[in-house]
Amino acid sequence: MMPVNLTDRATERTLNGPDEHGRFGPYGGRYVSEILMPVLHDLEAAFDAVFQTEAYQDEFRALLAHYVGRPSPLYFAERLTESCGGAQIWLKREDLNHTGAHKVNNCIGQVLLARHMGKKRIIAETGAGQHGVATATVAARFGLPCVVYMGAEDIERQRLNVFRMRLLGAEVRSVKSGSQTLKDAMNEALRDWVSDPRETFYVIGSAAGPHPYPKMVRDLQAVIGQEAREQFLSRLSALPDLLVACVGGGSNAIGLFHPFLEDESVEMVGVEAAGDGLESGRHAAPLSAGRPGVLHGARSYLMQDEDGQITETHSISAGLDYPGVGPEHSLLKDLGRVRYESVTDSEALAGFEALCELEGIIPALETAHAVAWAMTEARRRPSDQRILVNLSGRGDKDTHTVASVRGVEL
Amino acid sequence: MALLDEPRPCMVALVKNRIDETFERLARDGRRALIPYITAGDPDLATTGHLLDALAEGGADCIELGVPFSDPMADGPVIQRAMDRALAQGTRLSDVLECARSFRERHPDTPLILFGYLNPIHQMGYATFVERAKASGIDGVLVVDLPIEESAALSEPLDEAGLHVIRLFTPTTTPDRVQRLGQGAGGFAYCVSVAGVTGGSVMASSALRDRVDLIREQADIPVAVGFGIRTPEDAARMADLADGVVVGSALVDEIARRAPVEAPGRIREVIQQFRAAIDGAEIIPLRPQ
Repeated sequence: MMPVNLTDRATERTLNGPDEHGRFGPYGGRYVSEILMPVLHDLEAAFDAVFQTEAYQDEFRALLAHYVGRPSPLYFAERLTESCGGAQIWLKREDLNHTGAHKVNNCIGQVLLARHMGKKRIIAETGAGQHGVATATVAARFGLPCVVYMGAEDIERQRLNVFRMRLLGAEVRSVKSGSQTLKDAMNEALRDWVSDPRETFYVIGSAAGPHPYPKMVRDLQAVIGQEAREQFLSRLSALPDLLVACVGGGSNAIGLFHPFLEDESVEMVGVEAAGDGLESGRHAAPLSAGRPGVLHGARSYLMQDEDGQITETHSISAGLDYPGVGPEHSLLKDLGRVRYESVTDSEALAGFEALCELEGIIPALETAHAVAWAMTEARRRPSDQRILVNLSGRGDKDTHTVASVRGVEL
Repeated sequence: MALLDEPRPCMVALVKNRIDETFERLARDGRRALIPYITAGDPDLATTGHLLDALAEGGADCIELGVPFSDPMADGPVIQRAMDRALAQGTRLSDVLECARSFRERHPDTPLILFGYLNPIHQMGYATFVERAKASGIDGVLVVDLPIEESAALSEPLDEAGLHVIRLFTPTTTPDRVQRLGQGAGGFAYCVSVAGVTGGSVMASSALRDRVDLIREQADIPVAVGFGIRTPEDAARMADLADGVVVGSALVDEIARRAPVEAPGRIREVIQQFRAAIDGAEIIPLRPQ
C-alpha cells in the first residue's frame, strides 16, 4: 500500500471532494439522462442550502437521538478478541439503531430534505431490504407515500424485510428484469423517478449514484465516524489503529472512514464480497477485481465484461450483491488511503457464527464480511492494537439464509 | 485524463453531414423526417441488416440504431427486452459498427445514428470509437446517459470527425438549459415528448408545441419529437408540430412479435404506413428557408 502524504495539497483537495462537477478525482460525476439533470441540480442546491443550517441540523440530530437512539454504543468485543488472541476488536453498534442498521441515518436526512423541497412522494431501491425498511419507516414517520423497488430474487431471500416494509405502509414493487437484484431495482427506481421527477424524491441508500448522492449520503452517514472518533478519544484517549467496514455500495464504510481520513495513523480496510471466490468470477468485488466504467450515474469501479456490459454478481449477502461501488471509494483505492480486501461467502458465514456464539450478537451477513476479515487480521497484530469494526446491521433478516445453508427448514 | 476536462462549449465548427443534408432536402420539399429506431442484434444481426434495408426502402429519412446495453435505465420494458435479446445473441459494439458499415455500402445516403449508453463506448475508448464510427458511415451519436456537463471528452472528437452529437431536450429541461444545449448542437434536436422512459405516454400537444417552439428559438437546427409515438396517427399529429418524428418502441414491438424471417417484410409495411401518415398530415410552413 502506498502511504498517502496528507500534507500534499492536491491530495488534501481530493480527500475533501467532490469538486464542483461532483467528481472525486476521475470518479463520480452525473452520467444520467438529460431529464434528470435539472432535478439533480435542484437537489444539489437544496442540500447545499439547508444541510449546514441550524434548523436542519437541530431536527436531524434530534431525530437521530430520540428516534434512532444515537449515539450508537462503542463496544469492546472481549470474547471475540480473546478467541483471536491478537489485536483488540471494537464494534461500532449500528445494529442497535432503530430499524437495525446504519441505513436509517441517511434516510432521515434525505426525507427531511424531501420535506424541505416540498416533495410529495418517496421512492427507494433496496437489496437486503435494510434501506427499504429504513426508508419505509421514515416515510411512515412523516406521512409520505413510499414505493420501494426490490429485485425478485432479493424479495425471495429477504421475505422478513418485505413484510416489514408492507407493515410500515410502503408498496414493495418486485423487479423481474436482469439479475433481479439490487442493480435492477436501482434501474427501476430511476425509471420511476424520470416519470415524475418534480413530485418524487428518490432516497438512494448507497454512497453511489449521480452527484450529489455520493456526497449527500456520506455527509449524512458521517455521524458514524464522528461519534466513533469522539468515543475512542474520550474512552481510550487514542484513535483506533485500523477501521474495518464491509463495502457494497459503500455507505457504512464511507460514513465510518470519512471523519478519520486526515488521521494519518489510522489504517482503513473496506471488505468486499468475494462470493464463491474472486477466481470463480462469481463475486461482487468491483474494487478488487473490476475496472472503471459508468453505471447508475457515476464513473467508478465496476463488474463488467470486455464490451462494457455489466456482469451478474454473486454474494450470499443481498446488500453486497451489486456490481458497482460509490465513486469516493474508487478514488480512495487509487490514492491508497483505503485498502480494499474481500471475503468469501463461507468466510463470512464463519464470521457470522463467531459473533453469534462469542458475543451474543447476530450480525447482518453484509456486516459478517467485515467481522470475518477483522478476525483474521486481529490474529496478525499485537494486543495493544485496536481494530474498530463497523457493525453496520443486525442479522435477523438473514436467519432464513443461514438456516438454508445449514439445511434447516424454518 | 480526458474525463477531468471542464465542461465547455464546442470549439469546433460543425461540419454538415448526411443528417443536415437530409433535413435541408425535406425542408425544401415541405416534408417531415421519419426517424425509426431499432435495436441492433434483435432478433439477430443478420436480421438487423434486413430490417435496416426495409426501413430505408420503406421511407425512413434517417435511422437510429440502438447499441444494446445490459442496464438501459432510460428505456421502457419494450426496448429493454430488445436489448436483452440482442445481448443474449452476443451482440457487441464492434458488431453493431460492422452492421452499420455494411448498411452504408448498400445505402450511401440514409443517415445513421447510434443510440445507446456510455459504458460500452467508454470501454472501447473514445478515440477508437470515434474513428470506427466514422469509418462505418455513422453520422450521429446519441448517448442517453451523457448529459452536456459530462460530454466534452466524447463530443469534441466526434465534432472533429464530423459526427453530430444528438442531444435530448426533455420536459424538465429549463429554458436556460435549452439555450445551453442549443449552442453547438448538431444534426437535430431530439425533443422528448414523454416525462419518463421510452414508450411512455405523450405530453399534451399544446405543451409540446410550446416546447418545440422554445427549442427552435434557441437551437438553429431542426426539431424531431420522440419517445411515445405508437401509431401512424400519433406520428401524423407530431409531424404537424415538428420537423421530424422518431418511432421506436412501436417498431421494436412489431419485431418482437414476428419470426425473424417475417420481421423485415412486416417492418417495411409498418414504416410505409408511418410514411403515408406523416406525408398526409397538414403541413404548415415551419420556418423560412
